[in-house]
Amino acid sequence: MTIEELEQIAESVSQENAKYDYEVNVCMDLACASQGAEKLRDALVRAAEASGKSVFVRRTGCMGPCSAGPLVRVDPDETLYKHVHANHAEAVVASLGGKPVPELQCDLNEHFGSQVRVVLENAGYIDPEKIDDYIARDGYKALLLVLTEMTPSGVIHRITESGLRGRGGGGYPTGLKWGTVAKSHGDLKYVVCNGDEGDPGAFMDRSVMEGDPHRVLEGMAIAAYAVGASKGFIYVRAEYPVAVARLTAALRDARRRGLLGNNIGNTPFSFDIEIRLGAGAFVCGEETALLASIEGRRGAPRTRPPYPAMSGLWGKPTLINNVETYANIAPIVRNGGRWFFNMGSERSKGTKVFALTGKITNTGLVEVPMGIKLREIIDVIGGGVPGGHTFKAVQTGGPSGGCIPAEMLDIGVSYDALLKMGSIMGSGGMIVMDDTSCMVNVARFFIEFCMTESCGKCIPCRAGTAQMHTLLTRICDGTGTMEDLELLEDLCSTVKEASLCGLGQTAPNPVLSTLKYFRNEYIDHIVHKRCQAGVCNIKAPVEVLA
Amino acid sequence: MRKNGFARHALIETLHTVQSSFGYLDDDAIRFVALSLRVPLSQAYGVVTFYHYFSLKPPGKHTFTICAGTACYIKGADKLIDAAEKHLGIPQGQTTSDGQISLMTARCVGACSRAPVVLSDGEVSGEMSAELMVEQLERWAVE
Repeated sequence: MTIEELEQIAESVSQENAKYDYEVNVCMDLACASQGAEKLRDALVRAAEASGKSVFVRRTGCMGPCSAGPLVRVDPDETLYKHVHANHAEAVVASLGGKPVPELQCDLNEHFGSQVRVVLENAGYIDPEKIDDYIARDGYKALLLVLTEMTPSGVIHRITESGLRGRGGGGYPTGLKWGTVAKSHGDLKYVVCNGDEGDPGAFMDRSVMEGDPHRVLEGMAIAAYAVGASKGFIYVRAEYPVAVARLTAALRDARRRGLLGNNIGNTPFSFDIEIRLGAGAFVCGEETALLASIEGRRGAPRTRPPYPAMSGLWGKPTLINNVETYANIAPIVRNGGRWFFNMGSERSKGTKVFALTGKITNTGLVEVPMGIKLREIIDVIGGGVPGGHTFKAVQTGGPSGGCIPAEMLDIGVSYDALLKMGSIMGSGGMIVMDDTSCMVNVARFFIEFCMTESCGKCIPCRAGTAQMHTLLTRICDGTGTMEDLELLEDLCSTVKEASLCGLGQTAPNPVLSTLKYFRNEYIDHIVHKRCQAGVCNIKAPVEVLA
Repeated sequence: MRKNGFARHALIETLHTVQSSFGYLDDDAIRFVALSLRVPLSQAYGVVTFYHYFSLKPPGKHTFTICAGTACYIKGADKLIDAAEKHLGIPQGQTTSDGQISLMTARCVGACSRAPVVLSDGEVSGEMSAELMVEQLERWAVE
């Protein structure tokens, strides 16, 4: 496969598409599929045949605003329809070439207005099961370009120049990591993709793996060339069966086209990827635990150093990046590091995909430039809190992150700013809470999660989270005391500082951040024995003051 | 096992295959896998018990899974779990005595935008209410 051949494929795809007057793209992502997108697609195909118009119906990945699903986009006019069901199919097809169907039209200009799509550039435009669709949108061009025209150090330089930082949450500079692995000595090196999206409440990695799987493979192959690896693993959670199926199909197609395997693009570079399934363990998102899991062992983390970059899978130098990080690689290579560097804030470059969920009008996936204000994401893109309720907090970073209150919403989103607020960027879950959520209960929820997910290897995490859970349960029940609160704070710092891996070190974050911003709710539970949100079931009798 | 070349590191893959064929992993299955892949039985058992996804008990005829991820929790998944437990008379993770329905919770199925989400035999439905859920459970109970 050469660049010319890629262009030929792209050419033939566009010729094929040009045969049709209209394209109807149906979002088949989980949220839309659960509302009957499959039936809708069949109905659209039937309606198109019956109408005699020349229409191509395409199944695509997630288009973004899931709350308006099932979504349909009609090209070339780029008309977006919301809540389309099978019985609307005829109306949609009939409208082609005329005026759009008014009652289905989706007016989300504000929602899309401040979004910038890099990782999700193909979402909603390609059929994830067709490699040629990806190639037609410049897919695999970056890989062949790198193999034929760039040196490994040149690639690393470009990634470093872009300022890309790890999208898994830690924010480690990607170029630096690649450089370390490239410099490590070893006859065999590995490239690993962390697709164990453990944060409950986040689904952008699932969406990328399902909607644009080749983008991840291309990013991994470029990384492998840059660091000198010949073998890759994608670690995917078993809870994402569709992602596993799509990646398996994508691997097969890429091998068939000679874009994976031996002598890729007629160069000496050989690289292949295997899929490894997770089995439901949050701790496996931690890199050393993930490696243990790939080796077929219990996912228990180990002490670092040595870092996986020196000694990872089976003791060999291993590069581990998140799905979204790899998804950023191909565009950076194609457009240059400067292009990426010019987006975003001072120390956080590029864009970030967030999964906007919870008590918010427009739920779904959004991709915004770094540095955008939280308020803009929630009020403008997200459309605010529905049902006349008031915004209370936004939770980022999942069980490792914290809750950010309303008064901090004018701060721009970046790794450093979120860390300063007591939260973390995390993988990109963004859960909005309104006045019906009790922050003490939320903290308890996360600690319960960390308690059950603790692997049990180190004591601060294993015993600490359990004790924190007991204390928080007491406070929620209304039987807590002010001493409990002190003890809780004490425990938080112990667990934070003494735990072995990221899970334990960040487990107290939800408690610490709620204690910082919503301390009055804790006091309310302890002293006044009341839960303002009405969530907690307070057992203790209310003392009547004379 | 053959697909993975009887590689020891494919233990988790192999267990996945066994569980998807039989629905759960019993002692014989674990013993067989451990022996075939030449991994210590303790390691195989350790792996099975470590990961939530593996089950040592046979599932019911139908499985009802309630997502307990953060987004679902914020939208009231805990109330759904309470209601389901009350309706079926079993705690989560258990199967009804007639073997009809298993009640499970999941860590997050990635359909957070449609929270709260449940899976009826693997099929995702979002924006679930307690009434709709009980309806589904009753349909299964009379089958």
